Amino acid sequence: MKQIYLDHASSMPVDPRVIEFATPYLHDSYGNPSSLHSVGLGAKQAIEDARSKVATLIHAENENTIIFTGGATEANNLAVRGTALRNITLGKAVVASAIEHMSVLNPMKDLQKNGFSFTTIPVDSTGVVDLKKLESTVSKSTSVTSMMYANNEIGTIEPIRDISTIVHEKGNFLHVDATAAVGRIPIDVQKNGIDLLTLSSNDLYGPQGAGALYVKPGVKIQTVLFGGGQERGYRSGTENVFAIAGMGEAARIAKEEMHAESNRLIPIRDKLISELLTIDQSYLTGHRTLRLPHHVSVRFSHIEGESILLNMDMYNIQVSTGSACSSKTLEPSHVLLAIGLKHEEAHGSMVCTMGRSTTIEDVPVVRKAAGETVERLRKLSPLS
Amino acid sequence: MATVGYSKKVMEHFMNPRNVGVIENPDGYGKVGNPVCGDVMEIFIKVKDDIITDIKFRTFGCGSAIATSSMVTELAKGKHIDEAVKITRGDVANELEGLPPQKMHCSNLAADALHEAIKDYKSKQQKK
Repeated sequence: MKQIYLDHASSMPVDPRVIEFATPYLHDSYGNPSSLHSVGLGAKQAIEDARSKVATLIHAENENTIIFTGGATEANNLAVRGTALRNITLGKAVVASAIEHMSVLNPMKDLQKNGFSFTTIPVDSTGVVDLKKLESTVSKSTSVTSMMYANNEIGTIEPIRDISTIVHEKGNFLHVDATAAVGRIPIDVQKNGIDLLTLSSNDLYGPQGAGALYVKPGVKIQTVLFGGGQERGYRSGTENVFAIAGMGEAARIAKEEMHAESNRLIPIRDKLISELLTIDQSYLTGHRTLRLPHHVSVRFSHIEGESILLNMDMYNIQVSTGSACSSKTLEPSHVLLAIGLKHEEAHGSMVCTMGRSTTIEDVPVVRKAAGETVERLRKLSPLS
Repeated sequence: MATVGYSKKVMEHFMNPRNVGVIENPDGYGKVGNPVCGDVMEIFIKVKDDIITDIKFRTFGCGSAIATSSMVTELAKGKHIDEAVKITRGDVANELEGLPPQKMHCSNLAADALHEAIKDYKSKQQKK
């Protein structure tokens, strides 16, 4: 059975060109970038080249706006905590959308425990942030407002430009988690008025273990990880040269190929959505058109997502779910609850995130497997 | 070394569950869980001379919820109700060659559904 991997939002294969580019940093230029000898300088140069490539991808002012981290979670923590703590004189308030990743929500909850006020902004049934509520919530004492560029679970693309206008009129700094969007849709931090932006290497077909935070010139943050002062003091710890060099090359390739790849995926996405929705009592989650090019998310009544995932895996098709049973907390996805689904509805979700390996020929195969999966599980279910 | 994911036995029961369905006019019926939590199990039993002669289940839930339901019906079938009522969550998990820690509550529910069905049978007997 041919493998059809549709879980690119969780993890992506590393581009062979990236592997070829970055592998020498494991065995030839293996120096510590802080070392002044030639082996160290080679590694240092790789990081600076990568910095430049990542800056170009998001149209940053210059390469010094990029801080490399160990991944998107760390970049989000640095953005939230680093900005709130450095700018505490502005006030002790932070704001985020209700559908942010846990690596944004949990640092904010932690700040709340330490005397900050923390408010979440609701979204509508398609996942779009309530701009009126944002406008009435953000104030001059709100140091950091965090809104994702696009959501990883439901694919909805947020109106970042409008959000930026509101945040800068009413409050202070806008942090945007672009992990799900980067490499899929063009991102321009300057045009969109973004102060801080998170991106991850693996979501660009780069190696895991690297991410980056863009910090606009003039925006002041403080570190959350103290040590030897790497990354201009914002992120101590010897750099993961292989992953960072790979991330840079992945960013360069994404910049070149993203447009064509997204145009290729959009019709496949739309075909898969319309095919899956022919299944009885199936519903789209997220927005129909304001949607990431590679993202398909649906839910089926009366069945549970982990069972869907396991059953689809038997057809060698890998998907994900927002069901409680697949999570560590045994709570259904906060994103699905935020778009107004009931618990029992949120349990039946299936997320397909496509990638370079996905073809239009996959659609009927996935549709057939999903149809048989839903039918089998509904026969077992006392709810249907 | 810790193993990850479900055992082969869990997957085998998940893909080929035993005793699926409904018994019309059952001698005992038990239902536990609720859709909000993501698990609902119901068990139907047919009893003759206090022996469980037939048993069926339907389950809404995750892989281990389905596998534990299937396993509990297999363990209970043919048993005297006094024996069947002693089947514990641990028995179900052991027979499935273990469950991931966060899934232990599923095996609890399967055994509970069986116990509910037996309780229902006994209360019907008393009314007779």
